[in-house]
Amino acid sequence: MTTFLDAVFSQPFMQHALIGGLLASVACGVAGSYVVVRRIGYIAGGIAHAVLGGMGLAYFLGRSPVAGAIVAALVAALIIGWVSIRWKKQEDTTISALWAVGMAVGVLLIARTPGYNVDLMSYLFGNILMIPRSHLNLIFWLDIGIVLLVVLFFKQLLAVSFDEEFAELRQISVNFFSLLLLCLVALTVVILIQVVGLILVIALLALPAAIAGQYVHSLSRMMLVATLLGALFTTGGLSLSYHYDLPSGATTVLLTGLAYLASSVGGSLWRWWQVRRITPS
Amino acid sequence: MSKTIISLQDVSFRYEEHLVLQDVSLTIHEQEFLGIVGPNGSGKSTLLKIILGLLTPQKGKVKVFGTSPAEARLRIGYVPQFATFDRNFPISVRETVLQGRLGKTRMIGGYRRSDRQIAQQALEEVELGEMANRPLTALSGGQLQRVLIARALACQPEILILDEPTAHIDPKIEEGVFDLLKRLNERLTVLVVSHDIGFITRYITRVACLNRTLVCHTTSEITGEMIEKLYGGPLRAVHHDTVLHSH
Repeated sequence: MTTFLDAVFSQPFMQHALIGGLLASVACGVAGSYVVVRRIGYIAGGIAHAVLGGMGLAYFLGRSPVAGAIVAALVAALIIGWVSIRWKKQEDTTISALWAVGMAVGVLLIARTPGYNVDLMSYLFGNILMIPRSHLNLIFWLDIGIVLLVVLFFKQLLAVSFDEEFAELRQISVNFFSLLLLCLVALTVVILIQVVGLILVIALLALPAAIAGQYVHSLSRMMLVATLLGALFTTGGLSLSYHYDLPSGATTVLLTGLAYLASSVGGSLWRWWQVRRITPS
Repeated sequence: MSKTIISLQDVSFRYEEHLVLQDVSLTIHEQEFLGIVGPNGSGKSTLLKIILGLLTPQKGKVKVFGTSPAEARLRIGYVPQFATFDRNFPISVRETVLQGRLGKTRMIGGYRRSDRQIAQQALEEVELGEMANRPLTALSGGQLQRVLIARALACQPEILILDEPTAHIDPKIEEGVFDLLKRLNERLTVLVVSHDIGFITRYITRVACLNRTLVCHTTSEITGEMIEKLYGGPLRAVHHDTVLHSH
């Protein structure tokens, strides 16, 4: 049996998979940190599932499914963002509707597309082993765009995430930056769908950043640590799935989930021990 | 007569069917230390939001620094109630205070060196100069309150507006917060909203009692009957050096 490293050196598809995972972890760490501190995991889940509608439509029309995914993710983000600005009470319902209707539209359109039937499972659960080179380029440029926007507007995005009211009083356009943030999350969702599929996206978006948040106390460091953790989990997941011949997306997510569990339990014990150590008996 | 900073004329505000403020008129002058007191649900927060331009009243006129509240925002330093914050947010004391520079610093990229100096000065003014690198999660309630005041000071405001600055902190620290405000009042106009009428009267120059409508008094005019009328029930109040018992 060849080892994971041998495979990476000898097989181009394994190189693509590894690079894809590493590139995806950048967006995952940056946007994931916002998802965690703003507590918008449900919004991210809604966007991810609505994406299938866009992919299905693009597929039905004979266009690129990834292009369909990007458009659908951005449209879903803007709809949810707009509803939450104008009719806050309807936000939850809107997300639920987009979540399910998006998927239904996708399933119907894919079923009605003549010719070969696409592998629905790879949209849902990802198939990083099949990632084409063109998608790697796309992920690279999306990463650049996301990081650039966050560097340019870091202070506004931080202020809006921390205290919307105060940000508005400082004449920051809270609506604009909230929508921008959702668009960044939407693009990240599209990237991560390539790695773990749209159903499992939410784990990679939320958990590395949540683990990072247990150890660091600034948003920028949280992004950095979450990116490193994302790289570790995608690489580890790929390696494990190769060794044991398991689906890569599910393996990666399971590894991430176990790490989160271990960190939460371990972290609590660590804090308990710290308190015990500094408190005089 | 000193300069008028905020003026409200016959302001009424309703949330759907519920009338929260009725014909409220109020003038705040430069250098004043005004307290607005009233029971919970008396419309205090609504009044503040109107002054800050976050809500627009259905009736009446509001002028802040002679212009509309929304245009005057950058001249106000606002200290919100801190009970609503996510205490686990990953942010340092310095990053929090720097937010006061937003609207005055550059749009793109990080804060300027001058912003950092102003933020540091603001922290020193609230006696937390050493704490700049601490995470916000590590602070006590009283310290967090001071950080929020420092953030408002970093705005380099002409008036400081505080919403319930002493809610959720213990009385000993509360006193320190008001001493700080008294000191700041030497150069700034201060407006404090509180439900805690007893404590506030020791510091302020004028008090406005709010319960949908507004009645203004100088502090020495506050009596037990008035408090009872405002709160609609017997209440114990500590007033200057006099203790009033209403039975």
